[in-house]
Amino acid sequence: MVNGDQNSTGPKKKAPAKRRKSASTPAADPDMVQLLTPEGRRVSHPDYDVSMTDDEYRALYRDMVIVRRLDTEGTALQRQGQLGIWASLQGQEAAQIGSGRALQQQDMVFPTYREHGVLWTKGIDPIMPFGLFRGVDLGGWDSRAFKFQMYTIVIGAQSLHATGYAMGITKDGKVGGDDGEAVIAYFGDGASSQGDVNESFVYASVYNAPVVFFCQNNQYAISEPVIRQARVPLFKRADGFGFPGVRVDGNDVLATYAVTKTAMDNARHGNGPSFIEAFTYRMGAHTTTDDPTRYRDSGEVEQWQAKDPIERMRTFLRDDEIADADWLESVDAEANDHALSLRERVISMPDPQPAAIFDNVYHEGSQLVDSERAEFSKYHASFEGSDHR
Amino acid sequence: MSQTLRIGGAIGAGLRKALEDDPKVLLMGEDVGKLGGVFRVTDGLQKDFGEDRIFDTPLAESGIVGTAIGLAIRGYRPVCEIQFNGFVYPAFDQIVSQLAKMHYRSQGTVPLPVVVRIPCGGGIGAVEHHSESPEAYFAHTPGLKVVSVSNSQDAYWMIQQAIASDDPVIFFEPLRRYQEKGEVDVSMADAPPLHSARVERPGDDVTVVAWGSMMKVAHDSATAAAEDGRSLEVINLRTLSPLDMAPVFASVRRTGRLVVVHEAPSHVGIAAEISARVTQECFYSLESPVLRVTGYDTPYPAARLEEDYLPDLDRVLDAVDRTFTY
Repeated sequence: MVNGDQNSTGPKKKAPAKRRKSASTPAADPDMVQLLTPEGRRVSHPDYDVSMTDDEYRALYRDMVIVRRLDTEGTALQRQGQLGIWASLQGQEAAQIGSGRALQQQDMVFPTYREHGVLWTKGIDPIMPFGLFRGVDLGGWDSRAFKFQMYTIVIGAQSLHATGYAMGITKDGKVGGDDGEAVIAYFGDGASSQGDVNESFVYASVYNAPVVFFCQNNQYAISEPVIRQARVPLFKRADGFGFPGVRVDGNDVLATYAVTKTAMDNARHGNGPSFIEAFTYRMGAHTTTDDPTRYRDSGEVEQWQAKDPIERMRTFLRDDEIADADWLESVDAEANDHALSLRERVISMPDPQPAAIFDNVYHEGSQLVDSERAEFSKYHASFEGSDHR
Repeated sequence: MSQTLRIGGAIGAGLRKALEDDPKVLLMGEDVGKLGGVFRVTDGLQKDFGEDRIFDTPLAESGIVGTAIGLAIRGYRPVCEIQFNGFVYPAFDQIVSQLAKMHYRSQGTVPLPVVVRIPCGGGIGAVEHHSESPEAYFAHTPGLKVVSVSNSQDAYWMIQQAIASDDPVIFFEPLRRYQEKGEVDVSMADAPPLHSARVERPGDDVTVVAWGSMMKVAHDSATAAAEDGRSLEVINLRTLSPLDMAPVFASVRRTGRLVVVHEAPSHVGIAAEISARVTQECFYSLESPVLRVTGYDTPYPAARLEEDYLPDLDRVLDAVDRTFTY
């Protein structure tokens, strides 16, 4: 199990003979799009809806279970010294899977360093970002080939790249139609304060660029609560920049899917940018170097635990008889297999050759770098026969 | 075929040629459209190539470079204009952390052919932040290439070469020399490589290295020194990263004396790098320490003081004299 089947719907389940359909009542908070309550009940929204087959519902659940399991493995690998650091997505699975699955093949993603779930939905081998966290490379890949830009560490810097890329789509005449292209830029509540993010709003707005700003408001920028970033709900900021903003329950995979799909389709049809605030919670630490008990209390974490994105989907699948216990178990088993495979492959990632330091500094090469590479080799060769490395 | 062009006009002519040659070339920046830039370098280009390719940006420099990176990922070759030298700093992260490193991080798969044009240096009596020489910041950053033009011919050739480069190029333009005229051969056939220094005036006694707007000072100094019977060899460095040291080494091995001139402050400036490399390679040829004639290690002063701050003919000749006192 390496990298084949992210797009499958997983183990097939026989269609149930009869089904109890969830009642379709309006959601509680009119300011937040929700289609699936924390209790696993389907609710309706006047502007957004999804109509999915059972296979599709199950696929979303399966995605979330697998990316959570892979993420747990990331944390474990760090604890065991196999990674230098890991940035956990736990709690944000619905925001990432819902938005990621709403993208079309031709859409381009500009992630932060936490979008392991979105990466999974693009059909990319989940091991790809592990080079960065293990320190064997700088997280590099051909972003154009994968339609998924490299992880960006400087907070919010990628929002401008996303906007520029989207401006290029317009210049290429690739907007306006179902096959139009669109871009999604991910960032967090902390990044919403960055100049680059605000500049990207300005650029996207004045050039009507086909870009969707997807902000996962996970409530914390390391230790700083979101009140340290904004005194208004983040989605309301979009108003001032001249494009629509919407808040969605970020722990509701159906709602994030619906909202993202609408926004991306608007962009690809030439209707310009929009802003999505996915209201969610970072269940784990900022990264493995962080200790969240220093700045938030367990009561808060428990409250959010009750809104868990996977639990509510599981309840929905079970109550609506879309999946039975056997199927749910088989997904857990499958996720475990993915995690084990990932673990083995991460542990066996080779260290790069030391001279790789000098590779790819310039596309057209550099005499300076070449001469330093030669000196480096000569220096190391002078130890030949000794155990100096 | 040759024509007389001002330096600013020669850059504009080079931009025009690049726009004609490659539909992926874009010009972006503040006031580059209808106005043609505050120095009129892009004059007339929007009219001829359209607003899609020559476009005014919001007043946000990080946004200019950041969106240029996205456009380059998309396959374009953006040329960014930063209106004045001191206005490039809001874009610093996008240049040194994003633009410079993307190719390296991507393991060579994502080249970023972006040119960032920056008018460089003082001497026009401007208010603060309009007269700076920030080249060392960028030359210090691996992944960037940095060049500095000083005459119309180089301006015409080098802007096209910079745009053709698959690496990001920081392109410094000599702000106070924009209006100076020169002959321009509009063929590229005789253009030397972008990253090459050039001996512009042969001499035997002292080597003088400069670039950008200091080239005029260097040449004037050589003319004045000749009247005193001293022969200066003047080298136009042209490229600041990578440096092309071979002509400098060859020259110093003959003259034994080197004076490096730049407008930027001396501390950790490019002259220091040249000095270190010359000391290492030409140690036994040197008759004197390498001397630097630079701006002082102060913020750029008020306009009424800039003549005292900027290296000029007398300060260069003074340094030349001092190389004979060791």
